[in-house]
Amino acid sequence: MSDLNINPGVEFRNSQLELHHFRWRLAAAVIFVLLMFALLFVRFFYLQVVKRDYYHTLAEANRISIVPIVPNRGIILDRNGVVLAHNYSAYTLEITPSKVEHLDALIDELATVVEITPKDRRRFSKLLEESRNFESLPIRTRLSDEEIARFAVNRYRFPGVEINARPFRQYPQNELFSHVVGHIGRINQRDLDKLEADGLMSNYRGTAYIGKTGLEHSYERYLHGTTGVEQVEVDSGGRPVRTLSRTPPVSGNNLVLNLDAKLQEIVYRAFGNRRGALVAIDPTTGGVLAFVSKPGFDPNLFVDGIDPQNWAELNTSPDRPMVNRALAGTYPPGSTFKPYMALAALTYGKRTPQQTIFDPGYFNFGGHMFRDDKVGGHGQVDMYKSLVVSCDTYYYMLANDLGIDNISRFVAQFGFGSRTGIDINGESTGILPSQEWKMRRFRQKWYAGETISIGIGQGYNSYTPLQLASAIATLANDGKMFRPHIVDYVENITTHEHTTIEPKPLRTLNIKPEYLEVVKQALVGVNQEGTGARAFAGAGYTSAGKTGTAQVVGIKQGEKYVEGRTQERHRDHALFIAYAPADKPRIALAVVVENAGFGAQAAAPIARQVLDYYLLGKVPAEPAKEIDSDSGN
Amino acid sequence: MTPAIRRVTRFFTAHIDGLLLGAILLLMAAGLIVLYSASNASLPRVSTQLMNMLVALAVMWVFANIPPHYLTRLALPLFVLGLVLLIAVALFGDVANGARRWLNIGVTRIQPSELMKIALPLMLAWYFDRYEATLRLKNYLIAVIFVVVPVGLIARQPDLGTAALIFSSGCYVLFLAGLSWRIIAGVTVAGLTSLPFLWSVMHDYQRQRILTLLDPAQDPLGTGYHTIQSTIAVGSGGIFGKGWLNGTQTHLDFIPERTTDFIFAVYSEEFGLIGNSILLFLFLLVIARGVVITANAPTLFTRLMAGAVTLTFVTYAFVNMGMVSGILPVVGVPLPLISYGGTSLVTICLGFGILMSIQTHKKLVQT
Repeated sequence: MSDLNINPGVEFRNSQLELHHFRWRLAAAVIFVLLMFALLFVRFFYLQVVKRDYYHTLAEANRISIVPIVPNRGIILDRNGVVLAHNYSAYTLEITPSKVEHLDALIDELATVVEITPKDRRRFSKLLEESRNFESLPIRTRLSDEEIARFAVNRYRFPGVEINARPFRQYPQNELFSHVVGHIGRINQRDLDKLEADGLMSNYRGTAYIGKTGLEHSYERYLHGTTGVEQVEVDSGGRPVRTLSRTPPVSGNNLVLNLDAKLQEIVYRAFGNRRGALVAIDPTTGGVLAFVSKPGFDPNLFVDGIDPQNWAELNTSPDRPMVNRALAGTYPPGSTFKPYMALAALTYGKRTPQQTIFDPGYFNFGGHMFRDDKVGGHGQVDMYKSLVVSCDTYYYMLANDLGIDNISRFVAQFGFGSRTGIDINGESTGILPSQEWKMRRFRQKWYAGETISIGIGQGYNSYTPLQLASAIATLANDGKMFRPHIVDYVENITTHEHTTIEPKPLRTLNIKPEYLEVVKQALVGVNQEGTGARAFAGAGYTSAGKTGTAQVVGIKQGEKYVEGRTQERHRDHALFIAYAPADKPRIALAVVVENAGFGAQAAAPIARQVLDYYLLGKVPAEPAKEIDSDSGN
Repeated sequence: MTPAIRRVTRFFTAHIDGLLLGAILLLMAAGLIVLYSASNASLPRVSTQLMNMLVALAVMWVFANIPPHYLTRLALPLFVLGLVLLIAVALFGDVANGARRWLNIGVTRIQPSELMKIALPLMLAWYFDRYEATLRLKNYLIAVIFVVVPVGLIARQPDLGTAALIFSSGCYVLFLAGLSWRIIAGVTVAGLTSLPFLWSVMHDYQRQRILTLLDPAQDPLGTGYHTIQSTIAVGSGGIFGKGWLNGTQTHLDFIPERTTDFIFAVYSEEFGLIGNSILLFLFLLVIARGVVITANAPTLFTRLMAGAVTLTFVTYAFVNMGMVSGILPVVGVPLPLISYGGTSLVTICLGFGILMSIQTHKKLVQT
């Protein structure tokens, strides 16, 4: 055969020769096939004749069952060691459906021995729908000693039913941490697909639960631990006889949070019956001190599969307790946007701190009247006054001078319009409007008139309470920005090694210190002599703050917003951002109270209680009272 | 027999190869018997599989009646369609078990790699047949591209098992079409030397399966579990087996996927070395008939096609039995004609239909 001429005799080819070549090839292939089958036969012979006794022993006399040992899930503690999630052992009554013929009849009969409520049945049938084939499913949890004894006597009547001691997850703080710590739930098909894709299936053999939301979900790989293996000898009926070898499981790591359970509780109580969210951050570390979304729900309901009735209640409630408002709810920032506008003005040279404008009570742009909240206006207003009295006209004009793209570019540095990257999932990005954003979203160009209301934090502007808190923390910390994180460190419980989460700053914003100083002084002024002064009277520490009110429903030209006349769900949201102490901030926060009207009225008093507790250790006697005030937007 | 009945009989049997059909039916019967045991005597399972088999046999009959030269016309469009579907899967396929293998076409989900199992050898056979008179190195290189593109797409899904099977079916055609021994030797050497590279681009789970093959005890809860348990099942079967419905490994839930990919473990445990030898013999019977049909096929196209179908069948059987008995890594390959499941059954019987068509249309072509 020549080098390149692969098929010999192209010129002289005749079909006979070709067929001859082909048959040689086929013969080679047949030899190959016979070799492969011979190899298989040899392997079968080896296994079934030579090693037959060995495998027979394994299979028949000493049937070894490899049993996974599920590790203990790591516990979750607040910064002072208060338990937020832990495990306890309890007895459950479990049914293996594949071993039972008439499930309903069996459960009916079981109910004569152990109490089984209709709720238990509903939950069981929901589990049955979601379950894998051969696992046993709990029909009752937390059996009493008496019930165990009663079942033990009647056990022979119930093949396929057994009592097991199982670790249970419990959230002792109930709904207080429902939106942060989250909850676990039984592994479903979607979780299985994900585990398979991540190559984690073998570590989850035997595990029935997995983190579904919050920290339980985002720190799953730390919390779960490593599954152990036990080789157990079973008799021909499959019952364990003795343990042959055992690789112990490695417990999951504990999480120690930055959150303060007491502070969280105070926030929760401060809200009273109102809906809303509060996020408090230590500006020097980015550690999240309080993270509240109200209303919450009891995460313990979810641990063993929530029963359909509770589920429906949670989902149809008009208060939407399942929504994590702090993380995924977005609100117009209202006047809490103004400090960043002021910083942008200084940075782009559009205003000096001393420069004043005259506020007649409105700003006219293209025939449209943008009204100030104060009828008749604030008169001569400089930057300090503009923040202290929250003058809208000042910021209407400023927004017009800056232009939407400058505003957008500047405030983006503070994290507006992008995810903060906090260590739980489900964060919203919010909306930071710009010309490009509007083109992308609505395929429309930006109108200059739309910029005006952006100046006072209305218009398309929409951010999460977490973003607002992270921005004010960054401002308080002189532009040194941290990624907010709920977990302080992960603790390996065998080596006691601590892995700290996010100890380093993310970035430092390029804003001149003197500009920051101007705005920070004005924010102190807000709480001393401005819209926040009533709420912070006699505080005993200096704080900085800014009130805000976010419109829920647009008000028609020439109409005035009157709280009493508006439907409750259409009332404005009250907002407040703050940090303290003013000279060396240890805590920064943002609070949104839904449909509560002016920020100074409903939101600032909540902030006051939080700061009072965190700085002075004062525990308030009752929920934050609304301040009946006519000023402060 | 009246002439009418004779005509009807003739209509159904004219293009059926009796020997091949006999061997196939025996294997299918064995499949149903072992499935009954593997499914814990579940008659619904067995009757579903029986339906699958009837559908597969109908497909086989249809293809047996299509003269081979019609198939040559189908080759290019079918191949292009397969490629388009594979690209569509890569772009908008559904993810299941961490791999993107399925394409949702509204009514149902399809797995285009299944189509490729037939389309690729068909394409190659057609291509070589077309340039038969002037085959040069260039043609082989182009053929290699025809192999590599779909195989690459399937391997990326990732579905390494199917990719390897389709790759091997392409290689069979190249080999039978007369690729020079020197090149085969060269590529083999190059392939062996590139193994370390291949190792570095493999997915973790793929590496794990190979490591587990070398030492199943390393991962007793994960992929090693399958191998350990199926090897015990095979070995404990001994010479005579534990008897039908008496496999302890099977009936105590030790064998995973015991009606599909690992059904051979059940068979082996219950029927022993004797049963295995009978099964190997039945497989060899099918293969032998395939080889005879291949050797006597009239044109290059039919020879290549028949050869590819036969050798691919060998590969399926070998890979599955090798995997169950612990000499090959665990890949998702069913045991042809035995494992539960309709898709691969239809594909395989379609191949046999083509074999029968080649055998029974021969005389027409030669005259």
